[in-house]
Amino acid sequence: MSEQQLFKVTIDNITIEVPAGTSILEAARKIGGEVAPPAMCFYSKLKGSGGKCRTCLVEVSKGSEKDPRPMPKLVASCRTTVMDGMEVKNITSPKVIDARAGVVEFLLLNHPLDCPICDQAGECHLQDLSYEHGKEGTRYEFQRRTFKKHDLGPYIQLHMTRCIMCFRCVFTADQLTENRVHGVLDRGDHAEIATFIEKSLDNDFIGNVIDVCPVGALTDKTFRFKNRVWFLKPMDAHRDCPKCSGKVTLWNRGEEVFRVTARKDEWGEVEDWICNECRFEKKHSNDWVIEGPREISRHSVISQGHYLDAVKPTETFLAVNDGRAPHLLLDIHTESDVNKPEIELSLINGPAHSNNFNSK
Amino acid sequence: MQALTNRAKQVERAPMTFIEQLYLWNILKGMAITFMHMFKKQPTIRYPEQKREFSPVFRGLHVLNRDEEGKERCTACGLCAVACPAEAITMEAAERLEGEENLYREEKYAAKYEINMLRCIFCGLCEEACPKDAIYLSETFTPADFNRKNFIYKKTDLLIPNPTTDAEGFAAAKGVKTNEIGLKN
Repeated sequence: MSEQQLFKVTIDNITIEVPAGTSILEAARKIGGEVAPPAMCFYSKLKGSGGKCRTCLVEVSKGSEKDPRPMPKLVASCRTTVMDGMEVKNITSPKVIDARAGVVEFLLLNHPLDCPICDQAGECHLQDLSYEHGKEGTRYEFQRRTFKKHDLGPYIQLHMTRCIMCFRCVFTADQLTENRVHGVLDRGDHAEIATFIEKSLDNDFIGNVIDVCPVGALTDKTFRFKNRVWFLKPMDAHRDCPKCSGKVTLWNRGEEVFRVTARKDEWGEVEDWICNECRFEKKHSNDWVIEGPREISRHSVISQGHYLDAVKPTETFLAVNDGRAPHLLLDIHTESDVNKPEIELSLINGPAHSNNFNSK
Repeated sequence: MQALTNRAKQVERAPMTFIEQLYLWNILKGMAITFMHMFKKQPTIRYPEQKREFSPVFRGLHVLNRDEEGKERCTACGLCAVACPAEAITMEAAERLEGEENLYREEKYAAKYEINMLRCIFCGLCEEACPKDAIYLSETFTPADFNRKNFIYKKTDLLIPNPTTDAEGFAAAKGVKTNEIGLKN
């Protein structure tokens, strides 16, 4: 078998040729758009990921050219490789749409739906998934599971109730860091992401578990409750980092850097892994060379209020007033308590507490 | 010239009759109409003493709600601020400390919350956006003022009285109707 053997596969009546060994999901992503099934656990950059969340189920209506029988059940497209002449139905199959709605219902069974509190809201894959493929209500009548809180150190905040057990963070720790200290404890309904003995995650590159987490189970503690993502401005930036590529997205408000994340592609996957130093320590805009605003899909809430190629108007008051300064300038900060310019919220470690406000 | 509609009426230019020239008759006719109105239903009210009842869909000054146990409902999720077309709402969030569970419903809360009433257009989109039933538009006007700072409503101005410590104030703010001075028909 030659290495460059190409298989012809038809997904939702669109035919594409892909090399042998490609999964259906990756073939569908090559076509792009709506044809690509959603994936919560599969991550193309993590070896061994996929096959757990079942959101990428598709119908194979024709197995291959040699064996044209359809596959009896829906298959997970991230773990099924294409065959020559295979015909796959994704959004054209009512069976798939129905199954996906069921999978979303299962994923949301124990999910607390605390999106108003969650820092992931607005960039959460589960939120998108349930809006696009889920049903309106839940039929679950019991108490949602809760867990004993684990402290994962100064950088990473774990909310186990939000976890959907995708195992991405475990693969990330295995494949990017030299020493994995967290994993999945217990089985079934009790399964949880934790460190066995209270231990903090502080391996270099461990910060990437925040980016790979499709829900808000692992979030950035240094950004916790500072602002909502849709009020921040994503900017592409880079710096010379000896450990990683240094290519990141800064989440700015004004000149303040609220959060640093890796750049994510259209499938929500990280383009380049970044190290902990870039992610957690460099919160000054002069640490970075800013390349320009990051393009965000206009369907995302993050794109609200962001305009590409916007020109900031210059102050014309002095020019029209013969160089005289105004007698009275109304600055909102003289009256308002919120967003005081002298307080750099981005430099505070961790979330604010009531005692921070009493002392000021 | 051709008329645009068939309702055009030719102006009468006939010379006035003797009675019309006196004007007295027309004055009396007008006085009679005025006099007749004394026995008709008044469309107006005597405002400061009498007050008109608000429509149930009236959108007035904002209220930040508490739950039955007096905990603040707002979690500073920012949905009101993002929904606000006038960009009048700003907030800062904080994490609830241990021992503050009786003050705030959720782990995150609005440490500061401001509505700039000079910007607000009372569209009610914040109320619609709120996932926590925390913000409501009440049946009150924003009082007039001379100072700008009095129009920046902070959390202390917006928060409803605590039902556990100030049950009366809470009920009043919830809008238990006092109809003694309402409009009489």
